[in-house]
Amino acid sequence: MTSPPDRAVSTGNAVSTGNAVATGNAVATGNAVSTRTAGPARNTALAQAGPGSLRFAGSWARAVAGTSYVPMEIAEVEQFLLTLTEKLAAALLAEPFRSCPGYEVGTALVDAHFTGVETLGRTVSVLGERLLAELGLETRGDGEPDELRSRLAVLQGSFAEGFADALRSRTLDEQEAIRHAVLVTREEAERALRASEARFRAVFADAAIGIGIGDLAGNILDVNQSLSDMLGYPVEELCRHSATDFVHPDDAPEVWQLYAQLVAGERDHFRSEKRYFRKDGAVLWTDLTVSLIRDDSGEPRYMVAMFEDISERHSLQNRLHHQAMHDPLTHLPNRSLFFERLSRIFAEAPEHTRLGLCYLDLDGFKVVNDALGHDIGDQLLVTVADRLKACAADGGHLLARMGGDEFVVLVEDSQGTGQVVAVADRLLRCLDQPIRIGGHDLAVSASIGVVEREIRTSSSADVMQAADITLYWAKSDGKSRWALFDSERNDREVARYTLSAALPSALDRGEFEVEYQPLVRFSDGSLVGVEALVRWRHPTYGRLSPDRFISLAEETGLIVPLGRWVLREACREARRWQDMSPDRRFFVSVNLAVRQSRDPALVSDVTAILEETGLEPGRLQLELTESAIMGTADEALAVLHTLSDKGIRIAIDDFGTGYSNLAYLRHLPVHSLKIAGSFIEGLRSSEDGDPVDRQIVGALVSLAHALDLDVTAEGVETFVQAERLKVIGCDAGQGWLFARPAPASAIDALLAPGFTFPIRPEYP
Amino acid sequence: MHWLERPDWAPGEIDLERPSVARVYDYYLGGSHNFAVDRQLAQRAIRLMPDLPLIMQANRAFLRRAVRFLLAAGVRQFLDIGSGIPTVGNVHEIVHASDPDAPVVYVDSDPVAVAHSRAILEGNRSATVVQCDLRDPRALFGDPALRAALDLSQPVGVLMIAVLHFVPDSDDPAGVVGRLYDEIAPGSYLALTHATADGDQANARAVGELYAQSPSPLVLRSRAEVSALFKGFSPIDPGIVFLPVWRPESERDSHAHEAERFSGYAGVGLRT
Repeated sequence: MTSPPDRAVSTGNAVSTGNAVATGNAVATGNAVSTRTAGPARNTALAQAGPGSLRFAGSWARAVAGTSYVPMEIAEVEQFLLTLTEKLAAALLAEPFRSCPGYEVGTALVDAHFTGVETLGRTVSVLGERLLAELGLETRGDGEPDELRSRLAVLQGSFAEGFADALRSRTLDEQEAIRHAVLVTREEAERALRASEARFRAVFADAAIGIGIGDLAGNILDVNQSLSDMLGYPVEELCRHSATDFVHPDDAPEVWQLYAQLVAGERDHFRSEKRYFRKDGAVLWTDLTVSLIRDDSGEPRYMVAMFEDISERHSLQNRLHHQAMHDPLTHLPNRSLFFERLSRIFAEAPEHTRLGLCYLDLDGFKVVNDALGHDIGDQLLVTVADRLKACAADGGHLLARMGGDEFVVLVEDSQGTGQVVAVADRLLRCLDQPIRIGGHDLAVSASIGVVEREIRTSSSADVMQAADITLYWAKSDGKSRWALFDSERNDREVARYTLSAALPSALDRGEFEVEYQPLVRFSDGSLVGVEALVRWRHPTYGRLSPDRFISLAEETGLIVPLGRWVLREACREARRWQDMSPDRRFFVSVNLAVRQSRDPALVSDVTAILEETGLEPGRLQLELTESAIMGTADEALAVLHTLSDKGIRIAIDDFGTGYSNLAYLRHLPVHSLKIAGSFIEGLRSSEDGDPVDRQIVGALVSLAHALDLDVTAEGVETFVQAERLKVIGCDAGQGWLFARPAPASAIDALLAPGFTFPIRPEYP
Repeated sequence: MHWLERPDWAPGEIDLERPSVARVYDYYLGGSHNFAVDRQLAQRAIRLMPDLPLIMQANRAFLRRAVRFLLAAGVRQFLDIGSGIPTVGNVHEIVHASDPDAPVVYVDSDPVAVAHSRAILEGNRSATVVQCDLRDPRALFGDPALRAALDLSQPVGVLMIAVLHFVPDSDDPAGVVGRLYDEIAPGSYLALTHATADGDQANARAVGELYAQSPSPLVLRSRAEVSALFKGFSPIDPGIVFLPVWRPESERDSHAHEAERFSGYAGVGLRT
């Protein structure tokens, strides 16, 4: 702040000028006079100044109230202005008069933050209007008031000067202070920005990940060394490219969708795995993260992309994936890959899509492995795989090795069964040429199950099951061939399987029953015996005849307990019949399955049942098939002898259908032959009977009689047949002509004395 | 990507093209800590509402009375949130006049106001400046400088003078005060003033519309809305009243017959 200029001289002049008496060089004189004369007056004024100053301070405070902000209450303001008032009052009367207190009061006001311009104006006004009056200085009549008024004017001017000076200083100081604050703030912000940029630069330059910055048009603005190294382009060259120059044909479509959304400001980040072509053409796999940088108003401005090189991880993944999906021996896709592909077709292909499968299994591969060793076996598989692969690749079909010597060809988008069968034919043909391995020429054949269908009718599991079954058919139909899946055949087999599964519990639940069919002597129509026939009252399928389930029972082994049960039932009934007509020669004939005939427990079972039921052994006949008897080993034959020795009759069932060694027949403990119904059929009608059948039957009967065996004809349905058989000399017959199989109770009536069956039609 | 973003400790961008409420307030009070853009807004506002400088003086006078009241009530540490440009009659001047060791913490989000305050307070060990947005009380009370200056286990005099009307409803001013309530010890006080259109409706609304164009829109709130900001605090007599009527030091200071001209409410609440 500048020092207050003193206006003493000019004030003196003014006062002198104001004096009428003042002349040349009157300055000093005037002053002297005024001082002299003013002395006591001033003292008086000062003595009265207390209340006058107080009053003026009040007026002053009211005048400036609200013109400036000062941190004071009104009373404080008045107190503050009172001190200034007294200062001014003193200045008015001071000798010599000096103007600087006015200047100081102006400064003091501004320092107290009376900074409003109205404060200045109102202060000047109130000083001029009220100060002298309030101080009681206007009442003098000696001209002094005029001088005081002049002094006041000088003080007012000086006050205004001081106020303006201080306000200007204050304003400049405050402006400087606020600008300084701005400067400091900016410097701090810039320092922060520089630090942030330095950190960014360090991260950017030294990062192991590749970083690229681009604008929204995709232009690459800057890249770091890592990215340049990754892509094999110099930094400057990369910066001439656009992000879209790096489209890879195998990019997932969503990568570029995400990119578009980012550029549009619809998303701030995206992350994806993406391939890039390096400058040298090699493929770089990256884990890519792209972020959008917005400006302060939120508008998208830049993109920052970060690239992590994951090529190695990818190739390892690919290798592991390939290993997991391929067979190490043949390098063919393995079952995992095959099932993945198959499932994808079922999951993704349109529902009318058809597909075909050729499920191939080498015939007799086990023999090669066992005889020539696994090395040769493996080499054989490799060669077979190569041939099959060439063949499948022709049609663009997938060939997979399912394990062992099983392969499968998948015909996607099949055009129909014909196409798939043609593939199967080609596969079989490609194996026609023997394979030469280690000096061996190995003839190889294969069986193929072919399945072809629309996918919406099926599932991958269904198709595989069908292929498996069909392969089995091809094998069981004679190998070296393909079989086509046949749903009816499958249904039949399924039904067979269902029955076979139900058999064991059926026996426990008593679902079987035995019926009896009479055997009738041709000579007199008398009843000589009955054949026991087992039936299954299946809860779902109804009554089933033995041809539906006996072979199943043989396969499963259930035939042994079932046969035992039938034997016991038949013997129990026969014992009843034995009691009804003890003197009559009458037997019950029970079939023995092959498996039963070879059961070591057969003799003890039969013996035990006869003992248990009390049936005479001569009343039991066991029927065996030709093959069961002829193929028997010595022990089994011994069993028949034992049974025969006990008095049990042995009959050969279905005689004439197998290849009996007739010469051998005489050594067997056999009592009876039953001629198969198929021969008897040829004797059916009078007109067109088959003469050959008639001769065969005649020969059989002759043979049997020559060996002292009796003969029963099965399937006798007409009187013509009966008549002919009688003529031929056949001993007995069985068939619908006489009676259908019936429950045991129905046989009771036939045992009545004198009952006979008619042998010829009884015309009235 | 956080390392690409402005670190949160860096001052915000300084835009001298846009008015700052702190500098505009300084202008209303006759200060020169302001720029042309600030003065333009202030002068337009004064044209719409000639009483504005008086209102600001009354606001400032309330601050003085409130601090004196709190000192008399035994409060020995102060937190002035939204302190702006420190012109004369600052909290620390009032406080230190009666207790030179009582700590005062000034808080503002305006980096220039904060830098200026630092310059003013340089060498004053009992006054501290913190740059923080009052809408984040957790960050504010977590500030190391604040925690070093204030003992939050003891009562604090919290001042929110002419600042909450710059917090829109979407920023939940009541929630802000509520979180503040949780941070301060029982026995603390909250003194606030808030712009309203309850009195001089037309002019206040016009100023509100003017500020709506500025970076700091003004939210005029009714007495009920201002009362709601004190949720949890016990009101100190005379409750929430127009600025000059709150415990005036003299009849002449109160402007009782025209208090509503002052378009601002004042109140003090006790955190029990």
